[in-house]
Amino acid sequence: MRSKKPFYPYTLWMAIFVIVPLAMVLWYSFTDNNNSFTLENFKYVGDNLSTYLDSLKIALISTVVCLVVAYPFSYIMCKCKVSTQRMLNTLVMLPMWMNFILRICAWVMILRPQGILDNLLGVLGFGNNTIYHSETAIIIGVVYNFLPFMILPIYTTMAKIDKSLIEAGEDLGCNGFKVLKKIIFPLSLPGVITGITMVFVPAASTIVIGERLGGYSLLGDVIDSYYKGPSVDMHIGSAMSLVLMIIILISIAVMNHFDNGEDLAVV
Amino acid sequence: MKKAFSYGYLGLVFLFLYLPIALMIFFSFNSNTPVTVFEGFTFDNYLEIFDNEELMESLWNTLIIAALSGVISCVLGTLGAMAVYNMKGWKKKIYSNVSNLPIINPEIVTGISLMMLFVFIFGNNLGMLTVLLAHVVFNTPYVLLNVLPRLRKMNVNMYEAALDLGYRPTQAFFKVVLPEIFPGIFAGFLIAFTYSIDDFVISYFTGGTFQTLSVYINNSLKKGVQPWMLAMSGMIFIIVLLILLVVNIRDAKLEKAKANKKY
Repeated sequence: MRSKKPFYPYTLWMAIFVIVPLAMVLWYSFTDNNNSFTLENFKYVGDNLSTYLDSLKIALISTVVCLVVAYPFSYIMCKCKVSTQRMLNTLVMLPMWMNFILRICAWVMILRPQGILDNLLGVLGFGNNTIYHSETAIIIGVVYNFLPFMILPIYTTMAKIDKSLIEAGEDLGCNGFKVLKKIIFPLSLPGVITGITMVFVPAASTIVIGERLGGYSLLGDVIDSYYKGPSVDMHIGSAMSLVLMIIILISIAVMNHFDNGEDLAVV
Repeated sequence: MKKAFSYGYLGLVFLFLYLPIALMIFFSFNSNTPVTVFEGFTFDNYLEIFDNEELMESLWNTLIIAALSGVISCVLGTLGAMAVYNMKGWKKKIYSNVSNLPIINPEIVTGISLMMLFVFIFGNNLGMLTVLLAHVVFNTPYVLLNVLPRLRKMNVNMYEAALDLGYRPTQAFFKVVLPEIFPGIFAGFLIAFTYSIDDFVISYFTGGTFQTLSVYINNSLKKGVQPWMLAMSGMIFIIVLLILLVVNIRDAKLEKAKANKKY
């Protein structure tokens, strides 16, 4: 177990496929087509400032919505019988196995003009819905796609809490709310933080959801347009990705500051 | 009262999670072309899946990529976990952080950075190989993170005993270490496999004209919701449901057997 030899393949792999690509992003963002140094690419980051803010705002709102929905959900789940818990856990996971694009497709079908919601509103005598191609539609799509990623880590850490701690709290005179505040919440914090990271990161960088449901380009779609499509410019795309990456890594570092767990929780 | 409220809340969240899927499945049996105006019952949309060659090919591609990348990730992830396990201090911290980068980074950053590397190496010949490599890149950390706790739990003396009794290190690894960490590797494989099947972003950037299921559906969705997409959802739902049912029933049985043994 102490031999170093078996690890060279992995280290080599990591160097080529993790470090070199990121180094290329760095290199491209500070150079132009003639490979000479420039900061010009970052001018486009400034031009797209509103897109960054839009995407971060949507990610933030979606994360808060997921947290507000998922926390009581996990709490109630933990109070169920063990066999029920297992079933509920499976039911939460099942939609995750439906294809990502198909989940978006479902909401397009519901929200689009003359879609299911419109038909329903028509039958009830209301007008058409105004949700399609709006920020609300994007948030619905993001929450729908990533809610299980919030529920599962919170539930997993909460279920692991030693029941005798809760009983001890009750014996010492805490009411239900105080037990929640003083015992359950602090102990479930690592799950909450994993959940927030697992929703916020994909939500801030999501592609397709914005264009299909919101009708406009989010940050991910803008970056995408610099790599595919008519106006390819990997230098600008790299600069924008680099800024996105830095924002995300800083937010993760800040989040992890609240948590002293050693390993990333894995769903 | 309190209980009713709790169950009501769970019910509402599940309604949100399942209503869109239920609607897709309901309308997958619709014979009308504006898919959301129900006209008559039909299975045609399901048959259409098998007639659509491009769709079948993308489905096949997805499964091959998921299986292959799962297996390769298992090998690399296990090696990586052993490397991290044997390191100490800041070296270990840096090593494990770097190896986690592909899953900490936003998917799009992993996607475009790999695309740039592949374009640099292969020019415009992006395809199955590049998608496979990319999937291994983001799957490996999941295996690593599942194998590492198993290694930590393992008794190192067992490995040393095996060496003392005359095994070569590789023999000792296969006979002693591997059986101990295998559940972690297997869990890692399952996660890798499912993430690989569900992936859109990475395949989209690294695939060129090579289409996985997600990429193909996305390309078709540009022309609006097609009846076969609903049928596809119905089919995936049934398959996943069956797999989960089998796994859950098996788990419940195993647990029961364990409990019976105890008393």
